[in-house]
Amino acid sequence: MAEYLSLFIRSVFIENMALSFFLGMCTLLAISKKIEAAIGLGIAVVAVLAITVPVNNLLYTYLLSEGALSWTGIESMKTVDLSFLGLLSYIGVIAAIVQILEMVLDRYMPALYNTLGVFLPLITVNCAILGASLFMVERDYEFGESVVYGIGAGIGWALAIVALAGIREKLKYSDMPHGLRGLGGAFMIVGLMSLGFMSFGGMNL
Amino acid sequence: MTEKTKDILFKPVVENNPIALQILGICSALAVTSQLSVALVMCLALTVVTAFSNFFVSLVRNYIPGNIRIIVQMTIIASLVIVVDQVLKAVAYDVSKQLSVFVGLIITNCIVMGRAEAYAMKNPPVASFLDGIGNGLGYSVILIVLAVIRELFGSGSLLGIQILPVVSTGGWYVPNGLLLLPPSAFFLIGGFIWVLRTFKKDQVEAADFDMAPNTRAEVA
Repeated sequence: MAEYLSLFIRSVFIENMALSFFLGMCTLLAISKKIEAAIGLGIAVVAVLAITVPVNNLLYTYLLSEGALSWTGIESMKTVDLSFLGLLSYIGVIAAIVQILEMVLDRYMPALYNTLGVFLPLITVNCAILGASLFMVERDYEFGESVVYGIGAGIGWALAIVALAGIREKLKYSDMPHGLRGLGGAFMIVGLMSLGFMSFGGMNL
Repeated sequence: MTEKTKDILFKPVVENNPIALQILGICSALAVTSQLSVALVMCLALTVVTAFSNFFVSLVRNYIPGNIRIIVQMTIIASLVIVVDQVLKAVAYDVSKQLSVFVGLIITNCIVMGRAEAYAMKNPPVASFLDGIGNGLGYSVILIVLAVIRELFGSGSLLGIQILPVVSTGGWYVPNGLLLLPPSAFFLIGGFIWVLRTFKKDQVEAADFDMAPNTRAEVA
């Protein structure tokens, strides 16, 4: 239990997807002008990550990694290594799950669908989602860990975008140099936030 | 080289740069620029993937039904990235370890997707190929500039060769450690955009509010 908790804290704060690995930057900068939109996108990312990372973990363990096909019982399958197909399968899984999630939400939770609707297609091309799956494979997480990691990484990303939107919403009343207005300023703010998050780096869990 | 090919090839480098003006593909621009050699490999990988994905997407553009085009493009791009990833692992294993997940993340790099969607779907294969190379070069220019600044002033070397002798080895240069930290890339790109927009006024974003000019103390 304790190791899951420490993995969770680590994925939210120390290895924050947005502020330590710079994943999902395009969407982070584009959708952070309003807090409501940022919260909607944040929730969508948490939901998608919490599903795709464990699913990709299962896919990797039982289909793609070396010797994974030995459960079929066929002798010649035991040495098959399909891990080179990883990238293609992960992105396929992500695209499919986003699509399914969209349809399920539309059918059963129309209110939530209306809030998240526009953001869901954007998530397929958000590199934080694919990045989390790749990190999961690179670090050899087992199934339980991958669930915790998926949720943690999602919450970390959501935290970053909501905080950035909050700062940007306040900042529009300030008189910035004209060239820095909007995007340039947003870069500087993210830089400062990321510097702040680096202080978690020394934490030992 | 005719005028038109030149245009396709070099316009994205200066006038319509994918990172600085179209704000595409910044994730990797930030994460891989602390060393010049790593950045160079990343540039090469991205340029190859963009050029060939543009080429192949353009080849099949008339046969793709409109509503599944994104999936077809994704599949083409993902297959190309797998090839690049395998080649890197075979030829330059150390660099591919340093790039870790960022080679895989070329799939979701907006430049590749954006050019396939915006250019290759409407233009013939050869022109699309050149457009891919041009945009790859535009991306490379920014990445190389960032990497040169960060490596030269962060650790006093370029491509691992010592240029500025640092204090720890008896030289005079005190390395700026901040430049090796990831956040410095944000400040550099932010500053870059600031400089660019100082010269290209039409790029400046409109303000939400008009600021009244400052009132001098004696008037108030």
